[in-house]
Amino acid sequence: MGALLSLDGVVAGYNQGLVLKGVNLSVDASEVTCLIGPNGAGKSTVLKTVSGLLKPISGTVCFDSEDITSLSTHERLRRGIVHVPQDRSLFPAMTVWDNVLMGAHIVRDHAAIRSRLATVVEMFPIVERRRQAHAGSLSGGEQKIVEIARTMMLDPKLILLDEPSIGLDPRSRRLVFDTIRELTKAGRTVLLVEQNARSGLAVAQHGAILEGGVVKLEGTGLSLLDDPLVAQLYLGAVAPTTSVASRATGVLPSPNSISALKEPQ
Amino acid sequence: MTVVRRAGLALLLTAAVLVGFVGVTHWIMNIFIFTVMYAGLATGWNLVGGFAGYTSLGHAAFFGIGAYAMDVTFEHHSIGAGYVPFAILPFIGIGVAALSIPLGWIAMRTRAATFAIVTITLLFVVQTLAFNLKSITHGSQGMGITPPPFALHTYERPFYVAMLAMLVLALLITWYVQRSKLGLALAAIRDDEDKAHGVGVHVTAVKLIAFSTSVAIASMIGAVWAYYVLFIYPQFAVDPLISIGIVLMVFLGGKGTLWGPALGALIVVPAQQYFAYELGASKLYLIAYAGLFLVIMLFLPQGIIPSLASWADRNRHRRARTLSGGQLVSPPLHELLP
Repeated sequence: MGALLSLDGVVAGYNQGLVLKGVNLSVDASEVTCLIGPNGAGKSTVLKTVSGLLKPISGTVCFDSEDITSLSTHERLRRGIVHVPQDRSLFPAMTVWDNVLMGAHIVRDHAAIRSRLATVVEMFPIVERRRQAHAGSLSGGEQKIVEIARTMMLDPKLILLDEPSIGLDPRSRRLVFDTIRELTKAGRTVLLVEQNARSGLAVAQHGAILEGGVVKLEGTGLSLLDDPLVAQLYLGAVAPTTSVASRATGVLPSPNSISALKEPQ
Repeated sequence: MTVVRRAGLALLLTAAVLVGFVGVTHWIMNIFIFTVMYAGLATGWNLVGGFAGYTSLGHAAFFGIGAYAMDVTFEHHSIGAGYVPFAILPFIGIGVAALSIPLGWIAMRTRAATFAIVTITLLFVVQTLAFNLKSITHGSQGMGITPPPFALHTYERPFYVAMLAMLVLALLITWYVQRSKLGLALAAIRDDEDKAHGVGVHVTAVKLIAFSTSVAIASMIGAVWAYYVLFIYPQFAVDPLISIGIVLMVFLGGKGTLWGPALGALIVVPAQQYFAYELGASKLYLIAYAGLFLVIMLFLPQGIIPSLASWADRNRHRRARTLSGGQLVSPPLHELLP
């Protein structure tokens, strides 16, 4: 599969200063790419730069072979880039059904809405099962699933997920990661930012480590899981030597990247 | 809509029209007119107060502007008598809707309690203008209209039909809004305006559409009222009690529902009119207003229709679970799709 999204030398930041200092990243179609890194590394800023919430100071963002760097959020939305923010974005007093319908607010084609709704109902049974429940009455995990279901109403090509498992119990977390797997099976591309690095990399075909505003290390999700330094820095000190790790394939970190990771933070 | 519902609605509308043609005493007919008038005002208010969640206390200002528009038209432009003045109602509605756009644009930059205060301030500004623009409104002396040449024994009938037409218009607009993207957008705004913006709702435009439509209905009803009562003055035409009454009726019947505001009016207005007749000018009915507000807050915080709907929903689910051995039975998908 070719790259659906590529960031080339992206520099971006807020009033306080630069956060991204030359990010190079490519996201292949129909895959999950997981971005991990310490707090303040710029993971969420990468997503904002892709969705158009933040304009880069320099560098280019290409999507589907088109330079979208100067496009507005709305135009990017129309091209199929949707952003699921870290905070709960459902309307708590509206029903699950109405929340999902709100996902298609900018879509004018009624036939497309009906067809997407049918797909969403089939893919996310909770939408039909809890259709009359107020979104605010759902558990955290269920709310995140409905949020993802809502984004599907835009028939997205690329879904940007910002820490979807934050604040969830283990069961809800599993539900969310199972849903992410389902998204790729349905041909969607996901750029995932995740603090829970182990779960994030386990679900990803491709992983990248962002530190100090640049991508320090890239590889397959499984290869990063198997990397002792990544394990030490982001996975709780113990490198997994399980059968999962032994199946790791793809790009292994170069010695330079590893030494970069050793630099004091 | 099912055949049974359509038949029920047709029956209800026929009954509502026929009520105006039964031979009842003038004071009973007067109660009918005021009930239908408040039902229309409350249904119109519901668009902005119920669906968008913007509690306006200034609707009486637009009611008063409509009333003065009718009287000023009579005085400064000869529009004839009889049924002709009813024909200018759409022009009054459109004019007031246009006027309300800049006002709403400013007022709706505020939210919640601040919006309520801004709109009640607007009400007093309009009342003060009615007092002071003497060359147009005759100030506190008030304005009068020559009585229309309607037959005495059926005098109220045209006004009743006109008020009923306004109510039907308000209901039709609400019915459309409920089933359209506009209704969904208003519900999203009520829930969280910033999130609504995030999913692509043109928040300002949607709010202004709801506000201008709502106040246009209030102004047309005000115009019919002015023609009915024949004489208006500032405290009478721009009366805060009108706004409070409307809000009370919507809260009692159920905010954001189609029939709730009309149901609220059907309960409150006859009771209020009856007590006003019985207790004269003592205004003791205001104590009943306060009591009713307390009852709503304590026992029916959602209003009658949403409470009944929740109760029916719980029963339906319980019955469905019993029938399916504990599993919730969903309707087929084609019934859920828009």
